[in-house]
Amino acid sequence: MSEQPVRVGLFVTCLVDLFRPTVGFAAVKLLEAAGCTVEVPRLQTCCGQPAFNSGDREDAKALARQVIAAFEGFDYLVAPSGSCAGQIRLHYPELFAEEPAWFQRAQQLAMRSYELVSFLVDVRGMNEVAARYEGAATYHDSCSGLRELGVKSQPRWLLRSVAGLTLKELPGAEICCGFGGTFCIKYPEISDKMVREKTADIATTGADTLLAGDLGCLLNMAGKLQRQGSRVRVRHVAEVLADMTDEAAPIGAAAETR
Amino acid sequence: MLATSHAFKSNVHDALVDATLQKALGTVKRGFQARRAEAVAKLPEFEALRDAGRAIKNHTLANLDFYLERFEAKVMERGGHVHWCRTPAEARETILQICRRLGAKTVTKGKSMIGEEIEINDYLEANGIVPVETDLGEYIIQLRHEPPSHIIAPAVHLVKEQVAETFRESHKQLDPARQLEDARQLCDEARAVLRQKFLAADVGITGANFLIAETGSSVIVTNEGNGDLTQTLTQAHIALASIEKAVPTLEDAATILRLLARSATGQEFSTYTTFSTGPRRSEDTDGPGEYHVVLLDNGRSAMLGTEFQDMLRCIRCSACLNHCPVYSAIGGHAYGWVYPGPMGSVLTPSLIGIEEAGNLPNASTFCGRCESVCPMKIPLPKMMRHWREREFEKKLSPPAYRMGLSVWAFFARRPALYHALSGMAARVLGWAGKRRGRFRTLPLAGGWTSVRDMPAPEGRSFQSLWAERRGRKR
Repeated sequence: MSEQPVRVGLFVTCLVDLFRPTVGFAAVKLLEAAGCTVEVPRLQTCCGQPAFNSGDREDAKALARQVIAAFEGFDYLVAPSGSCAGQIRLHYPELFAEEPAWFQRAQQLAMRSYELVSFLVDVRGMNEVAARYEGAATYHDSCSGLRELGVKSQPRWLLRSVAGLTLKELPGAEICCGFGGTFCIKYPEISDKMVREKTADIATTGADTLLAGDLGCLLNMAGKLQRQGSRVRVRHVAEVLADMTDEAAPIGAAAETR
Repeated sequence: MLATSHAFKSNVHDALVDATLQKALGTVKRGFQARRAEAVAKLPEFEALRDAGRAIKNHTLANLDFYLERFEAKVMERGGHVHWCRTPAEARETILQICRRLGAKTVTKGKSMIGEEIEINDYLEANGIVPVETDLGEYIIQLRHEPPSHIIAPAVHLVKEQVAETFRESHKQLDPARQLEDARQLCDEARAVLRQKFLAADVGITGANFLIAETGSSVIVTNEGNGDLTQTLTQAHIALASIEKAVPTLEDAATILRLLARSATGQEFSTYTTFSTGPRRSEDTDGPGEYHVVLLDNGRSAMLGTEFQDMLRCIRCSACLNHCPVYSAIGGHAYGWVYPGPMGSVLTPSLIGIEEAGNLPNASTFCGRCESVCPMKIPLPKMMRHWREREFEKKLSPPAYRMGLSVWAFFARRPALYHALSGMAARVLGWAGKRRGRFRTLPLAGGWTSVRDMPAPEGRSFQSLWAERRGRKR
């Protein structure tokens, strides 16, 4: 691992900010362990994907400009989400294709923006974590991280060093869980069918824990598992890697079942 | 066919509660995926072929007028005819005139999506000519008066018991006590019945996978050989194709053929690949007496030069359908027009309007699997997003949704206000959900909680906790 401390701006993501601050703190802990100093720009809210994917380019651009300005002083932008990192890395430059000045700035930020776990492994060369988790976990590959950013082996690579954890591969791990941002509320019946197939696949693994790298997908899958009465515990992969599973109950679980 | 894309949501509901359809969809979807993956794994240059295929199509589309005119000249040189048709009505009329001139009573048909697009069967029937579909799947759904639900597997929405029932109802001339349990028996029966139709037909209509400018040939691929019988046994062969099927040379067609079957069925090559060039010459032992190409535009030339031009690279392999989790949940009919799945979600609004088909490009999670398997590397999610932009600009999306979006954007564009609000929301929802850790119902979140619980927030926003922590450090 490189010795030089690097300055990382943490892009918290709106879902982590509101639902699951533990994931943000887990990201900070992992980044610090990887030799980074971490700051959290106050001028961030959301990457703008809900607007972008709803065809509202004006709001999407306004939010992109906000993020670009807020993170310009950092060596890297890191987000505990493949979806938001993909938006910044791939779609910000696309949004400003016809505005050269902003395109340049978007491009500059895009090149320095990463999803958390792939940043730890690919950029910081992290090989292992100091963490313990008793359980059999299965891992869902969230679509944007997988197909836009190539996040596939990195979380598995680090999870193998978590003491007590066995990883059971999920059949159909690369198939969408049915979240899709506003899709899941615009087309709940289709989303329901997709997430039911996902929870059925999860059940076949026999795992007691479901992990993934995107909170949107996790909220969707946790919500469905719990509606179905499943006892599978659901967590963001960063919580396990940062050894912070004692700090919050699993997603959607009551505090006492911790 | 009468579009029902505007009723997408109710189509979806009907599809999801149809147990037989769900059974049919369940048994096929992973088969297609596994076979494609296997075929691609065996061909190390597959990625390079995708780039080559894309380049061929891009070049052709950039010079489409040139290649179509060259194609026409070559067809004429070989004694064939090309009919340029702007609209489905023109194409239908052209075909009817050819049939009438030849006194045709029955017409055999190879599979053609353009045939669906122009509703040629209904039109011929209304004019006293009997069209007979000869692709097994198409034959089955023709007997059932249904449109195809998939591009290369048109009857994929059916289980074999339904097919047996259809055959018993339609083939009254056969012994009612015959066995029709397995696929082999069904196939043999269709084969025997169709053989008579082939021999009796006056005109054969096929689609075309390629129109080769260099030679004036049309190319079809089939796995049943029905296309060959359709086009060689009749007085006239009519190849019905849309303008974007053109490729410059035979070699270009060969390059794309290497992608087509692997992407579609996982075969290295389709069982039959048939090149048709002009009518029968005096020294030929078989072939049609006349050769016609009906060339349909129907809105495609208007896509050139727009953000939807890339869609015209599509070779109709169905890989995007086969890998789409939405398609595999609802099947093809729910999309409400000729083309289902991701490619249909982009193409249908271009051909019949975003007002009718607005739901289609919205009903995607942008999971990106379609683009990742598309042999022509068509950026399908990006183009669905372009349709959402057009829809947003025209204010066609539901008012409540637009309102919600603009309220959210108002706060998201004002970080200080946003943090105050999200801090408050985290506290309120965290407190309300503290006991169970989740909500079964939540005001304004019916779309979410109708099918799943909503996990409760931990109780504080990250930004508020971070500010406190930084305050302590100071």
